[in-house]
Amino acid sequence: MGNITLRNVSKVFGAHAVIPSIDLNINDGEFVVFVGPSGCGKSTLLRLIAGLEDVSDGEIVIDGKNATELPPAQRGLSMVFQSYALYPHMSVRSNIAFPLKMANEDKAAIDRKVSDAARVLNLTDYLDRKPRQLSGGQRQRVAIGRAIVRQPKAFLFDEPLSNLDAALRVNMRLEISQLHQDLKTTMVYVTHDQVEAMTMADKIVVLNRGRIEQVGSPLDLYHKPDNLFVAGFIGSPRMNFVSGAPAAAYQAHTMGIRPEHLLLSKESGTWSGTVGVAEHLGSDTFLHVNVDNIGTVTARVSGDFAVTHGDRVFLTPDAQRVHRFDDKGLAVR
Amino acid sequence: MARNVSTQRKLVITVVAWTIGILIFFPILWTFLTSFKTEAEAIASPPSLLFFEWTTENYFEVQSRSNYFRHFMNSVVVSFGSTLIGLVIAIPSAWAMAFSPTKRTKDVLMWMLSTKMMPSVGVLVPMYLLFRNTGLLDTRTGLVIVLTLINLPIIIWMLYTYFKEIPGEILEAARMDGASLAKEIIYVLTPMAIPGIASTLLLNIILAWNEAFWTLNLSAAKAAPLTAFIASYSSPEGLFYAKLSAASTMAIAPILILGWFSQKQLVRGLTFGAVK
Repeated sequence: MGNITLRNVSKVFGAHAVIPSIDLNINDGEFVVFVGPSGCGKSTLLRLIAGLEDVSDGEIVIDGKNATELPPAQRGLSMVFQSYALYPHMSVRSNIAFPLKMANEDKAAIDRKVSDAARVLNLTDYLDRKPRQLSGGQRQRVAIGRAIVRQPKAFLFDEPLSNLDAALRVNMRLEISQLHQDLKTTMVYVTHDQVEAMTMADKIVVLNRGRIEQVGSPLDLYHKPDNLFVAGFIGSPRMNFVSGAPAAAYQAHTMGIRPEHLLLSKESGTWSGTVGVAEHLGSDTFLHVNVDNIGTVTARVSGDFAVTHGDRVFLTPDAQRVHRFDDKGLAVR
Repeated sequence: MARNVSTQRKLVITVVAWTIGILIFFPILWTFLTSFKTEAEAIASPPSLLFFEWTTENYFEVQSRSNYFRHFMNSVVVSFGSTLIGLVIAIPSAWAMAFSPTKRTKDVLMWMLSTKMMPSVGVLVPMYLLFRNTGLLDTRTGLVIVLTLINLPIIIWMLYTYFKEIPGEILEAARMDGASLAKEIIYVLTPMAIPGIASTLLLNIILAWNEAFWTLNLSAAKAAPLTAFIASYSSPEGLFYAKLSAASTMAIAPILILGWFSQKQLVRGLTFGAVK
């Protein structure tokens, strides 16, 4: 079981409330991603769950048991750190075995569990090496190995992929998702990368300035953002926001339209403009169009659409996909 | 062409480096050579560098006149003792400041270092009176206490810098992995900090071994370490260059040997934090 509930949890550093008050329920077996910009409190929230920081107020319940005052070791959670935090003086084998040794398990059981974890993570050939002799991806796998041998109630990941290069990050993303499907253990994952959040999560928690902006499945957040912040944060390239007359046409203070929901034409359309920068990705092209009386609008078109800098184009928002927001930035549905 | 210039540059740098090296080393070499001369040859003008009658009589005479081994033992007790006690106090202090700093930690560190900026002679009289009144004058205990106190800021600073380099996340990982504070210290902290503790230990033994101001002023006969042993040969009754050199050679030899074998640790300790 790995059910985690936060009730009115807050964290104050000095006079600064990093997390004013949060209520959240994480179900057993769920892959929950905390996402938000730097300094939004997502790592602090994870550390509160881990027990590495004390809560200022509220309670943390793990599997029905109040864990607010429990030290990290007694919460039954494992954590994978951004810097891997491997023990540099120990071999890979000793690193993975460390939590079992701390739990006073017998040697035979430790050996068996370490070899199982090593096999799952493709580390069998590296068991006798020191962390410094491994690549970044291998180190991250050792950190994951150290987390899984304990069979924790839940895994906590604190931006585990941000030290890896882009290609390796995609691989590890898949490996972690695969691991979640195999183990079916609760995972709480912190990232500032909305692509990681979208691709891995069952449930995304969008945080901003210590507050939860919205909780929902990736597609929920994509299709039905509650406010301007979530609308702008989820989706890449980010949603275009337009205020004034064009928005008023949709009875909104601000209208939002995703780049992929703009129809592009060289002949006619609702808005006209000039192509500024065209980013060709092959399959897609991102066009940054300077629309008359509106400003820069990003559009996503098929890679086959032949257009270059300075071309005159027309854009038409797909009326069904327009997001409407009131003057407080909240969604109007 | 470029290669030629660089070879020339290398040559110049090599010559300059050797010259500086020899200049620095020369007094020690001169002392060593003089210790094998007779007193007459030691003050002869012009002096002879190598072509003199080699003799070891100075060493025997120095040993017979003032018991070298007693001074040696005093030096060992005072330098090792003060360093070990210093470490026992400094390790928890440095841990606390490195891993749970407060708003005032930097100020405390600066204050500790500032005590090293005051000239020692400024507190000589009160210290002397304190030592006299407490019966610590000319005792090993007294010297251990004073050397512990004067080297403590350096020990704490070195360890603090070293501990700061240990990432906090590794300690947190140990905590997540179920380690109690004791196990965290035994299995994770100490093995990672041993190189730092070792170089701090070595450097402070050398500093304490060479410390002359307090050891000369607060000891007389019983507790006098090797510094006092050397000083006793530059007495007003006449200069004994050859014997003074023999005494100096005997005094610096042990620490030179220790330093030679622990060069790697020492250099690491002295440059720690400068390069990652």
